[in-house]
Amino acid sequence: MSKLQGLLFGLATVVLVVVATFLFTKPWMPPLKSDRGAIDDAIWISLAVTGFVFVVTNLMLAWFAFRYQDHPGAKASYWHDDPRLEWGWTVATAIVMFIFLFKALGLWAQVTAAAPPDAFVVEITGQQFAWNVRYPGPDGVFGKTDFKLVDPAGLNFIGLDHTDPAARDDITLQNQLFLPEGRPVRVRIRSLDVIHSFFLPDFRVKQDAMPGMTTETWFVPRQSGVYEIACAEHCGLGHYRMRGQLTVVPPGELDAKIKEATGE
Amino acid sequence: MAQTTAGHQSHAGHEHAPQAFIWRYVFSKDHKVIGIQYYLTAMLMAWVAGLLAMLIRLQLAWPEKTWPVLGSFLKSGFSDGVMNPEFYAMLFTMHGTIMVFFVLSTAPVSGFGNLLIPLQCGARDMAFPFLNALSYWTFLPGCIIILTSFFVGAGAAAGGWTSYPPLSALRNAVPGSEIGQTFWIVGMVFFIASFTMGGLNFLTTILNLRAKGLSLFRLPLTMWSMLLVAILGLLAFPALTGASLMLLLDRHFGTSFFIPAGLAVSGQALVGPDGAPLHQGGSPLLWQHLFWFLGHPEVYILMLPALGFTSDIIATFSRRPIFGYKTMAAAMVTIAGLSFVVWGHHMFVSGMSPYLGMAFAVGTMLIAVPSAVKVFNWLATLWRSRIIFKTPMLWAMGVVSLFISGGLSGILLGQSAVDIHLHDTYFVVAHFHLIMAGAALFGVFGATAYWFPKMFGRMMNETLGKLHFWFTFVAYYCVFFPMHYTGLAGHMRRIYDPYQYTFLKELQPINQFITISAFVLGSSQLIFLANLLWSAFKGAKASDNPWNAGGLEWTTSSPPGHGNWVGEIPEVFRSPYDYAVPGVEADHVMQTDPAPVGERDPHHGH
Repeated sequence: MSKLQGLLFGLATVVLVVVATFLFTKPWMPPLKSDRGAIDDAIWISLAVTGFVFVVTNLMLAWFAFRYQDHPGAKASYWHDDPRLEWGWTVATAIVMFIFLFKALGLWAQVTAAAPPDAFVVEITGQQFAWNVRYPGPDGVFGKTDFKLVDPAGLNFIGLDHTDPAARDDITLQNQLFLPEGRPVRVRIRSLDVIHSFFLPDFRVKQDAMPGMTTETWFVPRQSGVYEIACAEHCGLGHYRMRGQLTVVPPGELDAKIKEATGE
Repeated sequence: MAQTTAGHQSHAGHEHAPQAFIWRYVFSKDHKVIGIQYYLTAMLMAWVAGLLAMLIRLQLAWPEKTWPVLGSFLKSGFSDGVMNPEFYAMLFTMHGTIMVFFVLSTAPVSGFGNLLIPLQCGARDMAFPFLNALSYWTFLPGCIIILTSFFVGAGAAAGGWTSYPPLSALRNAVPGSEIGQTFWIVGMVFFIASFTMGGLNFLTTILNLRAKGLSLFRLPLTMWSMLLVAILGLLAFPALTGASLMLLLDRHFGTSFFIPAGLAVSGQALVGPDGAPLHQGGSPLLWQHLFWFLGHPEVYILMLPALGFTSDIIATFSRRPIFGYKTMAAAMVTIAGLSFVVWGHHMFVSGMSPYLGMAFAVGTMLIAVPSAVKVFNWLATLWRSRIIFKTPMLWAMGVVSLFISGGLSGILLGQSAVDIHLHDTYFVVAHFHLIMAGAALFGVFGATAYWFPKMFGRMMNETLGKLHFWFTFVAYYCVFFPMHYTGLAGHMRRIYDPYQYTFLKELQPINQFITISAFVLGSSQLIFLANLLWSAFKGAKASDNPWNAGGLEWTTSSPPGHGNWVGEIPEVFRSPYDYAVPGVEADHVMQTDPAPVGERDPHHGH
């Protein structure tokens, strides 16, 4: 009985290692459409290193389960401390982690750095359960908003203050976002009610929409096409259908596309 | 400080167990009874939370199908056989809440902690037996309040187990946010109060009531984990207590701790009759900081006991001293310490300062080091050992396996930039179910089989135990491992119908595979239930030390009587892990054995 258990445990672990490794080599992530290739690289490097450790430690576990089973005449060794060995693997792990950390902090600094000054600016306001998109219009300035002016019946979803001159040329859309290809895009993210999370799976972009705050992120869309905007933070009953559409177009076609969408 | 044996004697000599059923088994002050009460209550809660998970999985696999039979049972959760989205939100909220607090904190800590601390420390009982009983009787109302919340108003809380405001604070933001969320808060406050009483008891007992000769470095690693868990609980839970009360005030008394001004829910600006904002100046981020200040140490509250059990079990069944005992204890202390400076890794994309994100990435990556050391030490213990594959050992090996699988994915999530893509996806669900939930659960199953003799005086059935392990082990991996892949593909958490999204449509077959595996996992727990009930009443009578283990708890009867030891409490002379000592004929030396004949290595004299 004991013999069988060790064999089974070893086999199960080997099957796990083989199947898991095989499946991890598949391209699960949606093909990247932004400039955030460094995130993908970090994921692949991390998967390779952790995958290696996963395979080695599991194979050791499998081998020990099989090899060191109790059998008549078996004797366990009496060996309970080895400071050099223990310091060795502690320091080795620490070094690997520090390398990861060093790389990770650099990447984080790069991703969270301020957007280039010439970036294309758009504002996203989450609400239960839609994404409101706003462009500042030709003046390049977002007009004032006031939550008391929110009026869904009058199609003023974000409470745009029409008495503000800067607001007059603001363009608003719902669940449709148009962005120029190849240009840095700075997204200002707000929320009208609860926490949402602006998630672009194809672009490796995710940023919470936090009520009371304006959060920001920026990236460069690299390929024209139609993509999905998802909400990644539970925001209520309709969380699952808080789905928007992102269309990336060549910069020259952007204005026409937006005009067409607003029905003007 | 070790307690004098004289103190023990007077306790044993003058007190007898109460005879009346109600005082002996219901309102008992005996740590073993309280431990079993906690354990059985947690197991009951596990069935509830597990069934909630089954419903979640059903919906994720086949959201387009109707379930008329289920709908006729769960009338408020289904309309015409289709699950309602609000019911789905309640399912995942309550699954998480119940599992994290009322099952996986309760069974290993309150259950096995209470059972084992006096037995492994050599005490007659916990330091404060009345407080201990009060702790259970505070916990139980907490459970009842949480369970009742399904049947009040619009149903149970539906804002996720993390209860992020404003969703949890604005009463009209989600149906369960009406009165269900208030029940959630009150239930949590009961839970925290009970856990705090337990923590005080744990800490006092382990520090003050150890048997003569039982220095800290002769404690089993389970005791180290309990000591640390008590400290973590006492330091971390007050943050959630405070936050919960603030949330209650926000919800019912018009304060604005977590609710900023300028909100409009369902197109209605949140203003009073006079046009002034109802809320002003609050910050939802404050809740996240307070919640995760508890929440992250909390995951180690779940996990550390399982790591302790695993060390005890591996030493016993590999018939070797645990490799690097002091390193193992130090690793747990380091993990516990670091667990207080990593909470922000739950908030990398929340909008908090990127500099904070950097600081939390540092702590998070560092915690991988002591975790890896634990794995290496377990592997070193197994090397050239003599493994006896009884059920507890299978579970302990399972913990090591899950700890490896789940720990490694943490290295991805700890890198803040990588977390941008993976945050709030199934990759995270895979990660924490493997490492935190899985390791804790497997630890509890292992501990149940291992210490069953000290709980019920009987052995658990080995065949049923092995069957249960194999179904659970294989199904557990089939459920949670594929979630890494769906997470990489971008599959968000807490999604009632993922296939509204084009990019998730192709993941439906994987979700169906996961769901079928989950049903296997769920139903194989019936084997455990049968084994538990049958063995508790009909199992083979256990001897005092059925596993030939060296620890103090194996020097008394199975189950131990009131006061734990007949006569004097034994004195301790060595480590609980003295197996395969050279020159000693028996392959284990009891902790209470002063000097076995022929022993040549005096390593035990730490």
